[in-house]
Amino acid sequence: MIRRTATIAAVTWTELVRLKVFYFLIIFALLVIGNSFFLARFSFEEEFQMLKDIALGAMSVFSSLLAILATATLLPKDIEDRTIYTVLAKPVSRTEYLLGKLSGVFLLLTLAVLLMGAVFAAVLLLRTQTLLHSAQIEMAALPPAELQAALERIRATGYDPNLFAGGVVILVKAWLLAALTMFISTFATSTIFTTITAFAAYFIGHLQATAREYWLAADTSGFLTKSVLAIVSLVFPDLQAFNLVDDIVTGVAIPAAIFWKTLALGAGYIAVYTALAAAVFHHKEL
Amino acid sequence: MRPTVLWTLVVASLLLFGLARLPLEKSLDTAHRTAGLRTAALNIELREQIGQLSYAAALSGFRSLVAAFLWIEAHTAWEQTAWGRMAGLFQSVTSLQPRSLVYWDLASWHMAWNAAIAARENPKEPSEFLRQRAEREYHELGRDFLLRGIANNPDPHVLHERLGIMLRDKFHDRCGAADAFTAAAEKPGAPPYMKRLAAYELAACQGREREAYQKLRAIYLLGEEERMPSVISLINQLEAQLDIPAAERLAPPAAP
Repeated sequence: MIRRTATIAAVTWTELVRLKVFYFLIIFALLVIGNSFFLARFSFEEEFQMLKDIALGAMSVFSSLLAILATATLLPKDIEDRTIYTVLAKPVSRTEYLLGKLSGVFLLLTLAVLLMGAVFAAVLLLRTQTLLHSAQIEMAALPPAELQAALERIRATGYDPNLFAGGVVILVKAWLLAALTMFISTFATSTIFTTITAFAAYFIGHLQATAREYWLAADTSGFLTKSVLAIVSLVFPDLQAFNLVDDIVTGVAIPAAIFWKTLALGAGYIAVYTALAAAVFHHKEL
Repeated sequence: MRPTVLWTLVVASLLLFGLARLPLEKSLDTAHRTAGLRTAALNIELREQIGQLSYAAALSGFRSLVAAFLWIEAHTAWEQTAWGRMAGLFQSVTSLQPRSLVYWDLASWHMAWNAAIAARENPKEPSEFLRQRAEREYHELGRDFLLRGIANNPDPHVLHERLGIMLRDKFHDRCGAADAFTAAAEKPGAPPYMKRLAAYELAACQGREREAYQKLRAIYLLGEEERMPSVISLINQLEAQLDIPAAERLAPPAAP
């Protein structure tokens, strides 16, 4: 089973790469590198703050877009090209086919986040080194202890190990969105329907936490209101839980318990959406 | 399986999963609040400030990205010396990213220093009274940024230190400055000079001279590296002012 799934994943990966989806990396690199030049006119604290805001924000945007758009095209395209019939005529189960497709997207998203992370890390490192070098020259007259303290401050502002955790959470959110889009595409009738529904789910998912809060609040009245809030809370994923990046960029340390709970929640969503997608796809009339 | 049965099962599974994950989501939500995460208040007031599109982006998980672009816009407003617009943009940025010390710190500095001086020296305003009033308003706006920044980030020492400097230099409130520096000195990672700054301001705060003397005494007793000429000079001054008996006096007079 693993071999067959891996083969389909490899083919899916090749298909997606041939769609030239990695071109967005050029835009990302231009955005981050271009901004780093522009931001050089700010104080180093502002510069690092905005570099992190922009780079991690852009990583989140691109990975979410890629997750939805790449996954939405997979099934309809295979049905339209009639490739799916050739594959399923062989001793490949529908679940294996679906898992293979999803694994291919996961692989693509992982590489995309890794590459964006590498570009961001390189720019951050370069700017930190440049600032350290210029500070060493400009502050050469300072007593050694004060110079060291100033350099340490620049290093601490530039490098933050929590940024790595931010990258991992972005990736898990992208995987979740891919699994959700795959589930939608198993019952959707077209790519456009899948894409629109996935984006709608994305926006509603960001409001799910608010809906849940109101649903569970004692003072929320009205059967209809409560019912709508309950449906939103129970059916849609809580995507706000994965927005730790907004706080990570400000230098806030994410407690390990929160990080692992977030990953566990992400894994739960991915498992359930994949299982539901497999169930629906198993009974789909092709 | 009939489609109705299948879809009933799918919807039931989704609802059951929703119920199963509810405790985890609630506990995660509580943990976020406890850790001070996701504290941004995305309300109608903010929507009016930043516009529908930016608000939608902030709601969709791109809060930090929107904040960065608004900050760049504020920087452009600064280059054009559009102080009012800048203040509005700072309100939006700090609402979007309340945990960012840099934004609170620089917003308060721009208001209390740059905007206030520009208002005082405004060539288009002939009335001295109105110029001074505008200057005072910008000082207050700067202090307000710091106070709200501290309310959102009580632990780091930086904003307390900035508040101390602002109260001392812009409001001439030496007692308030002493309290702010004392608060800063008590925070983790505060530089050692913070204790001295607090004691210097306390010495200038009427009615709290004895407290200042006790603080300076404690600093002096920390060791040679803390015995700055300014510390010794103030101790001497306070010992004379408070009539400390000669036997209890601490420091020899500082070298001229």
